Amino acid sequence: MSLKDQTTLRIVLYEGEGAQPLPAEERFATITALLEKGYAITRAGAKGNPAPDDRSSLFVLGRFKEGQPPQGENGDVRIRFQDITGLVPDRLTEMVEATRLETSAARHGEWKPWFPVIDYDRCTNCMQCLSFCLFGVYGVDEQQHIQVQNNENCKTNCPACSRVCPEAAIMFPKYKAGPINGDVVSDADLQREKMKIDISALLGGDIYTMLRERSEKAKSRFSKERDANKALTERQKCLIKLAQAGDIPPEVLMSLPSPEEIARRAEEAKAKAQSALEAANKD
Amino acid sequence: MNGHLLMNGPTRILYCNCTYAQVVPKEVKEAVLKKLCASEVAFEAVADLCEMSARQDPALKRLADGGAIKVAACYPRAVKWLFAAAKAPLPQDGTEVLNMRVHNADEVAAALFSPELKPNLPVGKTAASHAQMSALT
Repeated sequence: MSLKDQTTLRIVLYEGEGAQPLPAEERFATITALLEKGYAITRAGAKGNPAPDDRSSLFVLGRFKEGQPPQGENGDVRIRFQDITGLVPDRLTEMVEATRLETSAARHGEWKPWFPVIDYDRCTNCMQCLSFCLFGVYGVDEQQHIQVQNNENCKTNCPACSRVCPEAAIMFPKYKAGPINGDVVSDADLQREKMKIDISALLGGDIYTMLRERSEKAKSRFSKERDANKALTERQKCLIKLAQAGDIPPEVLMSLPSPEEIARRAEEAKAKAQSALEAANKD
Repeated sequence: MNGHLLMNGPTRILYCNCTYAQVVPKEVKEAVLKKLCASEVAFEAVADLCEMSARQDPALKRLADGGAIKVAACYPRAVKWLFAAAKAPLPQDGTEVLNMRVHNADEVAAALFSPELKPNLPVGKTAASHAQMSALT
């Protein structure tokens, strides 16, 4: 099941009428424990304005008076209540996990949320990203606008597509530096040579040429030195250099398919982008 | 409206823990959450806005549609488009993003608890469908 098809369990920490508020330290420990497990928590019943219901299953936690939580339903949403008097955070998270299983809600944390986010204030729909990505992350909507369609296909920690975007319109919010992390884009960023990567270098040609050349050199040395470990060292050095130049994680480069497969996927992506551009021009 | 906006009703608060990365300094996010927990205000705490955006979690729509909101997370540009990607655009004039990657906990908390809302989402489009396709024109 894809991420978009999964439901989630929403936790409400209720401290209003009919419940005792938690001491601040305990509240912090409880919320932290739940956040670390990937849950979203609403602290309700305090002053202020919590967000309204959505269609998520609700699990309402509280120190209910006399330990008696109410029962309830809200339209299609089943609401579960749990008295948490005397529960330590570890026990509490176990109980929440059990409820998550019971409600068939999504398990969090199995995938690092690393994927491109498009800044449509900057995007010109040029389709460079679509024709560049070998992993089918990008696609177009009905109006032929570029969009991220398959987040889960993205290679963790690889920001390569953001570097081929001529407008610096692609962000990876968990990236270490700006403007890829979402920081403001300056003119200097757009001028910076490192923002631009030769697509062909990442489509395989140059990588494989470099590796082949290195390999040939290494072979000639190995024949003399008969040291197989050096081949591996050379290859690693080469990959590290490429990784550093383009900020591409070595594991991504190592997991690239064969040159033939890369060429096939690149052609496919290019055709997809071309077709999207043509369709958009017709509209 | 680009200037400051004083809200009549209570502004909602959303805190993102950025659970699945180490890009927000741990001491900042912990201190902000501690201050929220020590206060009397209601708030929403989410593990990771990126993950919710990838899921197109309906909770984002609920959060975006509820009126004025202050979001303690990361860069305003990233937050704006994470919500938009989940088809839950944030209100342009009703959203203030506090960046825990660059500000310290005291600064973030002061802004969260201030009655004043200072909208700071980048001005422009709100979704892909509003984008000007200059490459096509």
